[in-house]
Amino acid sequence: MKIGFYPGCSMKGGAREYQESVSALARVFDIELVEIPDWNCCGATAAHNLNKELSLSLPARIMALAEREGLTDIVVPCAACYNRLSLVQHELGADATLKSKVCSIIDLKYEGTTQILNIIQFIDKYITDKLEEKVVKPFNYNAACYYGCLLVRPHAILNFDRVEDPQSMDVLVTKAGGNAIDWAFKTECCGAGMSVSRTDTVARLSGEIMKDANDRKADFIIVACPMCHSNLDMRRPEINKYLGENITMPVLYISQVLGLAVGLDAKTLGLNRHMTEVIFPEKPVKAAADIPQKVVTTQKMEA
Amino acid sequence: MQEFEPKIVAFVCNWCTYAGADLTGTSRIKYSANVKIIRFPCTGRIDFMILMKAFENGADGIIVSGCHPNDCHYSTGNFHARRRWIVLRNLLNFAGIETDRIQFSWVSAAEGFKWADVVNNTVAAIKEIGPYENYRKIAVSTLFNEEGASNE
Amino acid sequence: MSRIGVFVCHCGENISATVDCEKVARISGELKGVEFSADYKYMCSDPGQTMLKDAIREHKLDGVVVAACSPRMHEPTFRNACAEAGLNPYLCEMSNIREHCSWVHPKSDLTTDKAESLVRVMVEKVKKNKALNSIKVPVTRTALVIGGGVAGIQAALDIANCGHKVVMVEKLPSIGGHMSQLSETFPTLDCSQCILTPRMVEVAQHPNITLYTYAEVESVDGFIGNFKVKVRKKSKSLDEHLCTGCGLCTTKCPQKKIPNEFERGLGFRPAIYVPFPQAVPNKPVIDRENCTYYIKGKCKVCEIVCPTKAIRFDQEDEIVEVDCGAIVLATGFDVLKPDFFPEYGYGKYKDVIDGLQFERLASASGPTQGMIRRPSDGEIPKKIVFVACAGSRDPAKGIEYCSKICCMYTAKHAMLYKHKVHDGTPYVFYMDIRAGGKNYEEFVRRAIVEDETHYVRGRVSTIYEKNGKLIVKGVDTLMGAQPVEIEADMVVLATAGVANKGSEELAQTVHVSYDAHKFFAEAHPKLKPVETNTAGIFLAGACQAPKDIPESVAAASGAAVKVAALFSNDLLTREPLIAVVNRQAPPVYSSCVGCFLCQSVCPYQAIEREEIKNRNGEVIRTLAKVNEGLCQGCGTCVALCRTKAIDIYGYSNQQVYSEIMALLND
Repeated sequence: MKIGFYPGCSMKGGAREYQESVSALARVFDIELVEIPDWNCCGATAAHNLNKELSLSLPARIMALAEREGLTDIVVPCAACYNRLSLVQHELGADATLKSKVCSIIDLKYEGTTQILNIIQFIDKYITDKLEEKVVKPFNYNAACYYGCLLVRPHAILNFDRVEDPQSMDVLVTKAGGNAIDWAFKTECCGAGMSVSRTDTVARLSGEIMKDANDRKADFIIVACPMCHSNLDMRRPEINKYLGENITMPVLYISQVLGLAVGLDAKTLGLNRHMTEVIFPEKPVKAAADIPQKVVTTQKMEA
Repeated sequence: MQEFEPKIVAFVCNWCTYAGADLTGTSRIKYSANVKIIRFPCTGRIDFMILMKAFENGADGIIVSGCHPNDCHYSTGNFHARRRWIVLRNLLNFAGIETDRIQFSWVSAAEGFKWADVVNNTVAAIKEIGPYENYRKIAVSTLFNEEGASNE
Repeated sequence: MSRIGVFVCHCGENISATVDCEKVARISGELKGVEFSADYKYMCSDPGQTMLKDAIREHKLDGVVVAACSPRMHEPTFRNACAEAGLNPYLCEMSNIREHCSWVHPKSDLTTDKAESLVRVMVEKVKKNKALNSIKVPVTRTALVIGGGVAGIQAALDIANCGHKVVMVEKLPSIGGHMSQLSETFPTLDCSQCILTPRMVEVAQHPNITLYTYAEVESVDGFIGNFKVKVRKKSKSLDEHLCTGCGLCTTKCPQKKIPNEFERGLGFRPAIYVPFPQAVPNKPVIDRENCTYYIKGKCKVCEIVCPTKAIRFDQEDEIVEVDCGAIVLATGFDVLKPDFFPEYGYGKYKDVIDGLQFERLASASGPTQGMIRRPSDGEIPKKIVFVACAGSRDPAKGIEYCSKICCMYTAKHAMLYKHKVHDGTPYVFYMDIRAGGKNYEEFVRRAIVEDETHYVRGRVSTIYEKNGKLIVKGVDTLMGAQPVEIEADMVVLATAGVANKGSEELAQTVHVSYDAHKFFAEAHPKLKPVETNTAGIFLAGACQAPKDIPESVAAASGAAVKVAALFSNDLLTREPLIAVVNRQAPPVYSSCVGCFLCQSVCPYQAIEREEIKNRNGEVIRTLAKVNEGLCQGCGTCVALCRTKAIDIYGYSNQQVYSEIMALLND
């Protein structure tokens, strides 16, 4: 099975372990990820604030290249890239004039037919059904699933799960044998790109997220976005300084969690690349009385 | 040469445009005398045959006007009129009838000025297009006789 | 040959200043079929009308054209005059040579010519006019009121006090509606039950009112003045005549943990229950879904303890047929389920409640005897947050309209809280305060100033639980969009008011239209606010849009007057300008081919199916037929009819064609 793969800049840099774990997981399930040849930057947070045409053209080119390769699905693990590609697909789909203009800019044929999948949709579509039979080492920990903003918003276009209380990552963690805890900061802002310019803001915002997960006895925070990961993981010293605590809770990608559950080793999944050392609690506590339990549902909220 | 004075007939609904035209009168707003009004309960009542009958009898232009969307006294009549016009326009185009000669409009009971504008603009437009000689050549107007008997 | 009279009015100088009226009269008099013509200074004056009447008699006129002002002004005047002279009023038409001619054109031959042609048009039309008689429809002087909330109660009492019979149908076991759940009412803070329960009792005891509770409307047939309604009286498993309402059964029922709907789930009730102590009628019903006997086949404790042996386990639903002349819809509203907002945690956190639940907490007859206590642990909340617009004015996730009542009841809630918890701190998050109403703004000011409620202008983004407190995160937009975080003990969501569940089905059953939000639609938003587009069916209260109590009551009285007016005559008189499907002698019967396109476009459900049967009683044709009671004469069906089988009196094809030909062939 061939599926298009758009890594974006982070997979090649700061979030190499994300790509490593996604690729490793795909291999386990016999999925061939085809990196889109000659891919370019998605424009990310900068382009759409500066130049409308540029912000449309960059993702359009990526999708046009994928179409040229005959790829029907593209998995975009980075939440920011996913957000940009999806929004551009939506916008060009609604405006034929704009679409033809963008086509002439990128000098490629763009139809908008490819399906853009974020990591969770990708897993849902290709892996979930076979996941439970492949689980050899249940991820027997308390996990706080953190969705952030780019996966879920704007709801009207992305239509992801329940916008204010998403569930789909919780379902995956549960299927991997984990205990997805109920907590309050699933979609709160981590500080995002302020990481460099206003580290203090990131320390505060990510700190609140960290603290709530820690207070509710999570062993891990699970993310699906390299930006969230870097803020929660790399900015840990600043966070701890802000909180006046020493929180050592590791931050894992959902692909790493599933990888661990299906028996992949730490090295393959790039666990060694995290800033906050990944230490597994000695005796995983499952379903302790003081941990809020909840029924995880897959029911999606009606738009 | 005498200036061409088009004959224009306006089919309007009783509740909005007829009342709007009354308001034009009460406000003493002047407009061209070429347009004469025939009153209907609702634009929903106005069918193809009525428009055809007007052209057949020598109209150079037609105005159809009723309540604004959602303001219909009968709640939906004007929507039926609009839909019918969309269908009719294609049919008329197909038949070679000049659809420019039919002016559709919404004029409410409060729009005295608008009614005068609609009339004046239509008269100007029809003057531009000229008399509808082509239709008259093929019309069966001979069926109208002095007794006033219709061709029913 | 017609004998038509033409009367040209000068309207003082209003017409004669620009139109040569004498000439118009003279020329018109030469038209074929015109027997008499005259001009006069004021046709609408007494002498003018007398002249008209004399001419009708003297010249034996069979048609009249009055060339004067707009028919919207004086058509009734001249038609009445004709009727007085013995001429059928529908043989009189008006030419509008004032508004459509003399006032809009300068004095010229052209203007006079136009006036002449307008007269000619009407002369030709009148030749095709038919003598018509007003339609008389018998009226059954009984009103059906659907819904027994405050609006239904008010409408029923008003109609009954006019001396007419009323049948009231209420879905629940007791009348009273949402108002009976309220603690106190704005802007006077008088106790809701104290003002409502006497009215409820009055309904039950009124000699003109028949009350069916635990009942629903099954079907509605007929038309204005003559509705036939089937009402399903759901089985109460009880002989109401034997039951004395002693309540022994309700205390002995072993099922005790059924969430009490009246208490909005904050209390419990047994399976045989009276919804609330002041219920009318104060007799229990068995909730078969939760009753041990109906589930497991044994128990019957209530039957054993009942001193009058009133329990009937095998009782079946009963269908009652009601003949009525008018229907008042007063089915009220519901509130948006707060689980619409996962971020507010309703359903997840026990201490996040909705406004109606707070009413029950604040009510002296409620689950806490009027003490404000947290549902989770029974503690008295010291900090309470009220979130206004929970769903209202929120096109993204809720509804786009303003629910209208929340600003006021939120202020009331804050006040009630402060009156009961003196050392407590109430906060209100709001978008705008909409306190338009008598003494409303003053009421809100009192909540802010006297009761020290903290009003924060901004939305709440999320609510979560932490160490037994509810953390309310919001923004204060008046403080430069500053984020606000409040550690509250309890949160009350002012959830949006929405149409009642099932209102769509009811609208279809009763044949009234409804809007995009499934509220019933009024016939005109300003001038016909309590009428529906279906003649004889009226609206009262919040089934039309969110309304507070004063508005609901006012609308109910309005609807009651409409019903009383309808019932004021034995026969209902209507203008005969309606559509009619032609009928011919067999074997043709009609040019109607029975396609029923007309039925699909009629806004009034006025097209019926008539079956033509042969001698053996077999149906040989099904033809359209216009119900005279329902048709409003829009003519949409006429334009649509493929075979021209439908025509409309007053604007018939013949009349219109004659007008067109007269207008264009000078």
